[in-house]
Amino acid sequence: MKHLAVLAALLAPVSALADVNPTDWDEVVAQASGQTVYWNAWGGSTTTNEFIAWVGERVAAEYGVTLEHVKLTDTADAVTRVISEKQAGQDDDGAIDMIWINGANFAAMKEADLLFGPYAEELPNWALVDTEGKTVQTDFTVPVEGYESPWAMAQVVFVHNTATMPDPLGSMQALQEWAQANPGRFSYPQPPDFLGTTFLKQVLVDILDDPSVLAAPATDETYAQVTAPLWAYLDALTPNLWREGKAYPATGTAMFPLITDGEIDLSISFSPGAASTAIANFELPDTVRTFVLDKGTIGNASFVAIPYNSGSKEGAMVVANFLMSPEAQARAQDPAILGYGTVLNMAALSEQERAVFDNLELGIATLSPAELGQVQDEPHPSWMTRIADDWVARYGVAQ
Amino acid sequence: MPLVPLLAIGLMLGPVAAGLWGTVLPAFGQMRVIGEFESPLEPFRILFNWAGLPKAVTLSITTGIGATAISLMIVSLLMAGWSGTRQFRLIERMLSPLLSVPHAAAAFGFAFLVAPSGWLSRMISPVLTGWDRPPDVLIVQDPAGLAMMLGLIIKEVPFLLLMSIAALSQSQAQSSITIAQALGYGRVTGWLKTVFPRVYHQIRLPVYVVLAYSMSVVDVALILGPNTPASLSVQIVKWMSDPDLQMRAVAAAGALIQLALVIGALAFWRITEIIAAYLGQRWITAGGRGKCDSIIGVFALFSAFVAALAIILGLLILTIWSFAGFWGFPEALPDQLTFRNWARHGPGAWQAFGETALIASVVSGIALLLSIGCLEAEHRHNVQFTRRTVWLIYLPLLVPQTAFLPGIQSLMLGIGAETGRLPVMIAHLVFVFPYVFLSLSDPYRAWDIRYATVASALGATPNRILFRIRLPMLLRPVLTAVAVGMAVSVGQYLPTLLIGGGRIETLTTEAVALASGADRRAIGVFGLMQTGAALLPFALVLIVPNILWRQRRGLRHG
Repeated sequence: MKHLAVLAALLAPVSALADVNPTDWDEVVAQASGQTVYWNAWGGSTTTNEFIAWVGERVAAEYGVTLEHVKLTDTADAVTRVISEKQAGQDDDGAIDMIWINGANFAAMKEADLLFGPYAEELPNWALVDTEGKTVQTDFTVPVEGYESPWAMAQVVFVHNTATMPDPLGSMQALQEWAQANPGRFSYPQPPDFLGTTFLKQVLVDILDDPSVLAAPATDETYAQVTAPLWAYLDALTPNLWREGKAYPATGTAMFPLITDGEIDLSISFSPGAASTAIANFELPDTVRTFVLDKGTIGNASFVAIPYNSGSKEGAMVVANFLMSPEAQARAQDPAILGYGTVLNMAALSEQERAVFDNLELGIATLSPAELGQVQDEPHPSWMTRIADDWVARYGVAQ
Repeated sequence: MPLVPLLAIGLMLGPVAAGLWGTVLPAFGQMRVIGEFESPLEPFRILFNWAGLPKAVTLSITTGIGATAISLMIVSLLMAGWSGTRQFRLIERMLSPLLSVPHAAAAFGFAFLVAPSGWLSRMISPVLTGWDRPPDVLIVQDPAGLAMMLGLIIKEVPFLLLMSIAALSQSQAQSSITIAQALGYGRVTGWLKTVFPRVYHQIRLPVYVVLAYSMSVVDVALILGPNTPASLSVQIVKWMSDPDLQMRAVAAAGALIQLALVIGALAFWRITEIIAAYLGQRWITAGGRGKCDSIIGVFALFSAFVAALAIILGLLILTIWSFAGFWGFPEALPDQLTFRNWARHGPGAWQAFGETALIASVVSGIALLLSIGCLEAEHRHNVQFTRRTVWLIYLPLLVPQTAFLPGIQSLMLGIGAETGRLPVMIAHLVFVFPYVFLSLSDPYRAWDIRYATVASALGATPNRILFRIRLPMLLRPVLTAVAVGMAVSVGQYLPTLLIGGGRIETLTTEAVALASGADRRAIGVFGLMQTGAALLPFALVLIVPNILWRQRRGLRHG
């Protein structure tokens, strides 16, 4: 089989091996025309799926790039795919041209040299990106270095149904007390789900006196001591969770029907506008609002990355660039469409472009940028990995 | 040896053997690319250190054996009490098309029905219960896996019933039961003592398949099964997609455990058969005429009816959700009905429907040709697929999909095969062919060979006998086999996703991708479309023989 792989590599068309140069944008656009880009992105949210379909229409019309959305249940599936292709020696024209990626998966792929780049800072629309105010050059404290390009900002918000839970909570301690008084009315997605581990990090960041210790990689010495309050917190919280913690929702959006049915009153989301969008699609009652904690909440950027063996790197770069365009960013921020935060620097836009953002109706459940308050940094990914593993060992198999 | 059986065996065993090789190697730390292990047993050590293993293993065993035993009991007693009656034909008409409902759609419907906020709870709330919020009780995803077992039973009852009905036509049941009743035996007792041994002999392999499938199912387990921990197969899939490559070795070790569990359960089942046969013989010769026959009969009819109703109501609730506007609890129906969900999801669903139907038709057609080729070669050249060699063909159904699919994937990449529709079809064939062969072989073999002898004596060639006598007489089993094949193809999730590189979007991959987001309206649309994709062939199974043979009563009776 190894011989066959070598043979396959030898027979591969030479043109595919030619270098792709992100700095020559005209050439990139010329090469992109006619290419098909397979974008592997989580497919569990119908609104995101529709947005990606719209991006496909736009890049087809403008650049002649065909965009195919490969809907994943878990981003790790795409990582696995690239890894198996590398093992099998398929170093060009792999199945994946672009991945909606984040945090731990990015760190793993970058370290294993599975990503194409650097390219992000060569894209024309990079000039419009807010590199000062938004965390677009680090991903979970890992330097991005141009190996992925940002397309949306996310921040933790808590989603509550004001019909049954009128008042927002100011801190994780307040959440603990509220859950004690109202058992069974809160849940979070089951780690290692992305939002579930984010909730754990949010707990940790909020209850630690000095969360700056989380910026450095976790070590055997620091880990046990720093996370001890988290496990004490969860031990107290778990019996008061929905279903007493014997079952958890699979994902963030899986909590919407639970709120609608009145099973829970409170959940969390990583997208400040998602609640307003869900109300518009009948997925949440119109009594739902969102809030953030007094000390602020964790935020980060969503990125796209291009695998090293993509056969349509130019096409993927064109899509990545389009995602950072004012047109796409304004559409993504529209709560009737997606409700994702923009990565752009408003000051870098023309007046006309800025007006589009200013005129957006954010929706009844969406907080304004000012109300969203302080964005807290993500901990180093080593924390997330260990906390997720520990969570599974403590709560994921024990019931 | 003739070509077709060799080809079929090669198509089945090649991928499985390669896949298993790709499982055994990493499980014992022998795959360089997955990383170095201190000792060959390191992956197993990590696996045995996983705290969830005992529960995951127990779940696999209890849900698998429980679902199989209960489904078999319901089907047997139903046939014993009612076969040949008007009520039985009603149940048969209700249940047979339900076989086509893909497991995922049935599981979604079941979950939407029985969850604390489900339709049943809504229908009696708040008037009877006083609930204005759903009760905080764990029904779906319960740690004991009961919801998952029930979800499997409602799907396996139609499968086993259809297999049994196909077998019944070869069992001369009516004359046996008439004699038994003339001798004073009760209906159920008489049927169990005279007909059941012959029917069971023919449906034994389908029962084994149900057992192996129920023990290692992934999609139903994802929807109805527990998560703290999940069943072993679900956990294997999770480890497979872990970014940490070493977890693939642990997954491979888990896959071997799953394989051992399935083999162990099959052995246990076989021993139980032998004991049951021994006890049954004594029971038969004891000569009891049966005392509680009518109660047992009513119980079986009721159970089968509930199973059918669960699927039908499940499909109905999927339909309602697909048209639902806002729908709060405890409202029995949505505030308003809207076409918006279909407008949003319909175009994507139709596209996936086309892909699904294309793959299912081609794969089932090829599987049928191969099956007939094998069975006819066996007949003409007297090459016996002994019980032992037949096991090889069923291997894909007895090995957990998670165990050998990544191996197939590596093989394809190794020879430079592109991901896409054709490889997906080949991968589907691995799973579809055994089902088609399985459902066709017993009726095919049980066909009375004297028809062929007579035709041969009258000068008919083997081909003429095949096309003019054997296949026409076996029309119903042949169509059933194709329909089963299509339903199997429509329901395939892991092969489509893994071998298609995510580029092939069938209704099942789309529906399962939506599942994690729990958008009940989108799930409704895709679940209905998925069901529709498999419904048509089964409608034809029931209709076509009756139309073609409307003047030949003997051929019509299935």
